[in-house]
Amino acid sequence: MTTGIVKQSGTTRRGAIKTLAAGAAVGSLPLWARYTQAQTSEPIRIGFQVHRTGIGAAYGRWYDRTTTAAVQRINDAGGINGRMVEVIAEDDGTDPKRGAEVVEKFASQHNCDIGFGTLFSHVVIGSAPRAGELKLPYFVVSEGHHVASGMLNRYTLQPGITDVKSQVQAMAPFIAGNLGKKVTMIYPDYGFGYDHRDNLKPAIEAQGGEVVGMIAIPPSETSFTKYFPKIPRETEVVYHVMVGPAVLTFVKELGEFFGPSRPEIFGFIDSLEAVDMASPGLEFLEGTYFWEGMPRYAQPDQTGHDKLYRAAVGVDDNGASVSDPKDVSTYAHMFGCWETLYVIKAGMETAGYQGPADRAKLIEAVEAMRHMPLSDEHPQGAKLFNGKTHQVFGPQYISKVTDGKLLVVHTTSIEDTMYPDEVDYTSQAF
Amino acid sequence: MSEGLKSALVHGGLLVVLFGLQFVLPAYHHGNLARIMVLASYAIGFNVLFGYTGLLSLGHALFFAAGMYGMGLSVEHLGAAPAPALLAGVVAGLLVSGVIGVLALRTSGVAFMIVTLMFAQAGYLTVLYAGAYTRGDEGFVVQQAQRVMMGVDLSDPSHRYFAGFTLFAICLIATLWLVRSPFGKVLIAIRENEDRATMLGYDVFARKLAAVMISGTISAMAGAVYGLLFGYVGASFASVQYSIFPLLWVLLGGAGTIVGPFIGTLFMFYLIDLSSQVTTAYMLIAGIVLVALTLFAPQGLAGMLRKRIWRGLP
Amino acid sequence: MEIGPYLMLASLEGAVTAAVLALTAVGLSLVFGVMRVVNVAHGEFFMLGAVLAWWVTSLIGGHPALGFAVALLSVPVLVGLLAAAADMTVLKRVSHDPERTIVATIGILYILQQVTLMTYGPDARPVVPPFNARLALPWVEFVGGRPQLYWPWGLSTTSYKLAVIGAATLVLIGVWLGMTRTRAGLLMRATQMDRDMALAFGIPVERVYALVFGLGAGLAAMAAVLIVPIQQAHYLMGGDPLLLSFIVVIIGGLGSLPGTVVAAILIGLSDGIISVFFSPTLAKILATLLVALVLVFRPQGLFGERRT
Repeated sequence: MTTGIVKQSGTTRRGAIKTLAAGAAVGSLPLWARYTQAQTSEPIRIGFQVHRTGIGAAYGRWYDRTTTAAVQRINDAGGINGRMVEVIAEDDGTDPKRGAEVVEKFASQHNCDIGFGTLFSHVVIGSAPRAGELKLPYFVVSEGHHVASGMLNRYTLQPGITDVKSQVQAMAPFIAGNLGKKVTMIYPDYGFGYDHRDNLKPAIEAQGGEVVGMIAIPPSETSFTKYFPKIPRETEVVYHVMVGPAVLTFVKELGEFFGPSRPEIFGFIDSLEAVDMASPGLEFLEGTYFWEGMPRYAQPDQTGHDKLYRAAVGVDDNGASVSDPKDVSTYAHMFGCWETLYVIKAGMETAGYQGPADRAKLIEAVEAMRHMPLSDEHPQGAKLFNGKTHQVFGPQYISKVTDGKLLVVHTTSIEDTMYPDEVDYTSQAF
Repeated sequence: MSEGLKSALVHGGLLVVLFGLQFVLPAYHHGNLARIMVLASYAIGFNVLFGYTGLLSLGHALFFAAGMYGMGLSVEHLGAAPAPALLAGVVAGLLVSGVIGVLALRTSGVAFMIVTLMFAQAGYLTVLYAGAYTRGDEGFVVQQAQRVMMGVDLSDPSHRYFAGFTLFAICLIATLWLVRSPFGKVLIAIRENEDRATMLGYDVFARKLAAVMISGTISAMAGAVYGLLFGYVGASFASVQYSIFPLLWVLLGGAGTIVGPFIGTLFMFYLIDLSSQVTTAYMLIAGIVLVALTLFAPQGLAGMLRKRIWRGLP
Repeated sequence: MEIGPYLMLASLEGAVTAAVLALTAVGLSLVFGVMRVVNVAHGEFFMLGAVLAWWVTSLIGGHPALGFAVALLSVPVLVGLLAAAADMTVLKRVSHDPERTIVATIGILYILQQVTLMTYGPDARPVVPPFNARLALPWVEFVGGRPQLYWPWGLSTTSYKLAVIGAATLVLIGVWLGMTRTRAGLLMRATQMDRDMALAFGIPVERVYALVFGLGAGLAAMAAVLIVPIQQAHYLMGGDPLLLSFIVVIIGGLGSLPGTVVAAILIGLSDGIISVFFSPTLAKILATLLVALVLVFRPQGLFGERRT
């Protein structure tokens, strides 16, 4: 399915480009316009693998909106190498088999230049082998550790969002230092949860703390109270992360379980992503802490970059849609789509990308990237890209629920999130 | 023209066409057809039990997954080469279908459907539970280097097509031979009237068990090849949906026909692929097709062919 | 948490699960008992109940209890009518043949699920409970040999959860009275015992079938309306209730209502209590295998009588 809005605006912009390109012969023009001379006016086609249905749907909808906004802005500024960007969106049903088929469709039928935008780990892992074989650069926005772990291939990159391993690791000093040394973690019983399980324990122990309880909950679970008594009495901090349609029930029941005498609670915002903080039953969260990939609520020291990004995507100061205050965004993750698209743009411009024959050059250009400063293109914060592991590193935010809103109390440094390389993709052949 | 010659022409013709298509199809449809041939082999396996023996299993994903994980785990954890890994998948399918067959065949009708459904569900949950080895829901990748079978890189599109074609041809010819053999005739007799087959002195249980094992092993083979050709092994392939799919394909194509499973798989694949461009709710189409089929064409497409044109279609 | 309070909490949670499960499973069991068909779309009628409850409560403003009361009364009827219509247009035309009905209801399952996706969307949406007070519960411990009450961390339930248990019990009693004391119940039981004889006595069997199918779906919808203030309405939520209802109906003996209720309580409670001792996934594997083996070795169920 082609995203109608993008395509329409693309057509009108294309007319403008042609006019400009015609004038290029006489005047000095910006860089992008010079490229148009050598180029056809064919748009650059980005295959967007989106979770419209299945358990990833709440994320998918906002990934879609962010992508549309970013592409709109890129096209308004003249596109990439003077060519408009066209987004070809296909639903993968949050299913790995369909995901792989969608990647094939991008590469072989839609003639996309690249594939982009996948979130859920199992879809990424199911699709990446096909992207590698079809030699389709595949830019995922998944936060899974699967890219940097070396499981995937040279064509798969994650340059727009940090991975869970570095997120978790960066939280440990704050938790052990400010909330308590005895931590019980509650996490989903599948890949994404294991990234938390496997990385938090050593990180907390490195801070002199201890993980006293580990409670894995099956992803299809709908009722949670029965798991909470497994939280050991000595627990000082409950660390929770949950995904899927039942997240609100999970957090509500956590509150009902503890009542007035709760321990410190530290959660990943995934447990409440796309959920209104003002939902009934969440009052108990006041004074608890959350990891946020990017602060959902506009902060007092909001940067101009966040302001611009927020307005472009159509999100209000509370992190909800400007047209419907009940429609809460997945603010902590979706910036990854925006930033990834700008990385793609920068990579294509450096590589002088002309068409599918230049795909390897595009990958090399992205691999050569290092510093990405805080800017309109990177509104979440300054980042450091590791070309060997294909993974980006960046700041993480810790917010405290204050008067029902999330207020940032700590921002980690990039160094807190770094870990030794586990793979060198640049040694693989194209 | 004799029936045998006609049959050889129809099925041989299909194989010749499929073989030839690889040289003319555009890349996208070329890839799709490779996938469809593997899935159709799964459907053929299902059809041996459902179409020819009259036993409706709602748990075939267990066999498909047994093959896929038998192959995948031996590559991932034992470092097996593709050929022994495929064999491991097939053996896993044979064993699992043997055990399930012995147990489930004590029941019949609706109870058989539910028992197979439950066993498959237990299998799916086991894959999740054994996450340390299977990586659960997330699954794992079979790397390109692990997919070179006797010097042939199976991730290459033309090799993949040829591998899919080979599997499909083997399954098609084997089942064609099977249903025309005396053994296949007994299966059909059981489907038509189990009591009479018993009274004629056939050991019905043993034959039904053999049918379950043949069906399960073919399904497992398809699962193993699927994982090897497309480089991914994941729990979603063991879920209920993958038990429903072969039923859908076989019903659509025509239960109890040799070409039916292929026709149904082909039709359904493109139906979903095309409708997903129109609506996100593409499984709606699957639902409507299922209801319409039970109402108007319980024999499926090939079944209609058999009714209208050629009564002897095997 | 100490084992005593833990078990009490698990039992309370299990009782809520059991109450909702009993309603859903009785619906499935009724359909199987009278019509001799398996309704694979049963879980989707459950899901429709939850989704429609969200819709009704969001249409009606004012106090949450008002919208909820309207939903509780109207939604099961709506879903029941829809199911009866499906029976008359689809199942009747395949003559309620057991195998073709399974395939047709798989089709109906996808249709309902996907139409919900197209209209209601993929989000999980909450319904505000009509009332919801946290009730902390005490526990006894022995200090120096003398019993003493204390309030363990986390041992609590909510008033709404208790109300769900009560409401489900009332509905089940209602169903039982309806089956045993009314004319409609008599017709259903007559049809269940011998379809041909019922036909010969002039019972409009087709209409009884539509009624039973609607009633079964209505019970599932009722269960969903009760649970939706605790969970959320989502278009994929029908899978688990379907599977659990299957398990309950089989353990309870296919078509036996008292057996179904006993099995629902057993399964619901054990779901809570088993998770105390086992990993939840392992518990589900064991439960599923148990059901399969019960069907293999004792097809009449643990409580059912052997049919001839």
